[in-house]
Amino acid sequence: MSLDVATLRAQFPLLAADPGLHYLDSAASAQVPRVVLDAVARHETTARANVHRGVHRLAEAATAAYEGARARVARYLNVAASEIVFTGGATAAINLVAHSFTQALSPGDAVVVSELDHHSNLVPWQIAAERSGLVLRAIPATADGRLDLDALDRVLDARTKLIAVTHASNVTGAVTDVARIVVAARSVGARVLLDGAQRAPHGPLDLPALGIDFYALSGHKLFGPNGVGVLWGRGDLLAAMPPFMGGGEMIRRVTLAKTTYADPPARFEAGTPPIAQAVGMGAAVDWLLGLDWPAIAAHELALAGRLMDGLAAIRGARLVGPAGLQARLPVISMTLDGAHPHDVAQILDARGVAVRGGHHCAQPLMDRLDLAGTIRASLALYSDAGDVDSCLEGLAEAARRLT
Amino acid sequence: MKPELYQDAIMARARAGAADSRLDPHDARATADNPLCGDRVTIDLRLDAGRVAALGHRTRGCALCQAAAETLREAARGIDSAAAAAAQDAVRGFLAGGAEPTGSFAAFALFQPVRDYPSRHGCVLLPIDALRQALATTGTMAP
Repeated sequence: MSLDVATLRAQFPLLAADPGLHYLDSAASAQVPRVVLDAVARHETTARANVHRGVHRLAEAATAAYEGARARVARYLNVAASEIVFTGGATAAINLVAHSFTQALSPGDAVVVSELDHHSNLVPWQIAAERSGLVLRAIPATADGRLDLDALDRVLDARTKLIAVTHASNVTGAVTDVARIVVAARSVGARVLLDGAQRAPHGPLDLPALGIDFYALSGHKLFGPNGVGVLWGRGDLLAAMPPFMGGGEMIRRVTLAKTTYADPPARFEAGTPPIAQAVGMGAAVDWLLGLDWPAIAAHELALAGRLMDGLAAIRGARLVGPAGLQARLPVISMTLDGAHPHDVAQILDARGVAVRGGHHCAQPLMDRLDLAGTIRASLALYSDAGDVDSCLEGLAEAARRLT
Repeated sequence: MKPELYQDAIMARARAGAADSRLDPHDARATADNPLCGDRVTIDLRLDAGRVAALGHRTRGCALCQAAAETLREAARGIDSAAAAAAQDAVRGFLAGGAEPTGSFAAFALFQPVRDYPSRHGCVLLPIDALRQALATTGTMAP
């Protein structure tokens, strides 16, 4: 069944209000549907209060809303709600694991990252490694922007404790062969963390089936509000991890001499959480769970193919990433010979096409590919053929004017 | 309506700025990066009594950055580190809507269209950052 994109698109007020906008930057931030905006507004106007600590009816309502959001996110990931930690975003989620999981590691233990990853899944590990004397090794990227998993044997050893890699690249769209990562990790007794910020918006997940240990995602890429994200962690691992931040909510008993800590997930949710934002994220995943994902996947890939095919007709345009539609998201990076990505993005902006130009917080990947940056068009469930065609027309204009 | 950024005059300067004009030998060299976009400018200087006698550059960046680096080749002649600091402030202020720069940096009035694009101001300013860093390596940095 083909997707009724117009009906989907109409549910996004920003897109509905500006028919001339061709928003192709969803990998940075997705747009927000009315149902999410309404959920946040309804919460803030009928149930706004702090959570967990008050006994008045508003506090009960706020707590119910917040924990309800936790349960909704857990359903989207097919995990237990007790294993869902609300954070400030995927970056915060990864920093949490980088800080707390590595407390149990010893100098000389290794963490494996990758050349393909976003800075948010690199820098926290560098900080942890410097603090704790850990060895950091990286899975290289291939020339077509995938993880070079043939290198796993070289980067893993008996002291590898964690592999932290992207579930899907925010630059090339390449989807990681998670099964192969997990097999390699288990062979040396290592855990696996996936940065799911890009993959999560493209359909519900079954994290237990992936066999991984930690998963990070962000609300603002998942058609939800800014300022909220999620860490999923296996219950036994979270239970063994010390806190990341200290403060209210995450304690059992505080004295001047000593503090004992709450069980997860509360142990990792210090202070007042982003309550309305979590409610919005819950509404987003609720809405997403009701969609026809096989149709959306087919639609997104068809548009990705339309864009990739169109690039071939533009003088000097080069795809950066996998050439086919297998194991990839509709996140398409490209370069235009002789033109800087920022200039191309600027010309596209004048035509109402919003793309991203630059290094996409993936400087090691850019170094590997010997590029200053790329132009990135990232499609989502509300993207349509008009978006793609306008992008291609803009690229053609940029090629005429800049090269 | 926003002004056209990629005017002929800016593009002509950008095309000239695409060439590698680094100096060998040189008295000072510095590289400045824009962490937001990946632009990179390497500035080479030959100095005469602490003043710029010649400036060369290699710029891997957007058209605005290349045009700004090329404009700097002439604008920076004869200045010392104090003048470079003042020029940086003047260009920054101009981009933010202030008066046109004067003296040798009057040429940066070329970038008037960039005023309406705050996210691109850094592209024009990056070569001047690199110039100041190069002068700083000689111990002649302005306070």
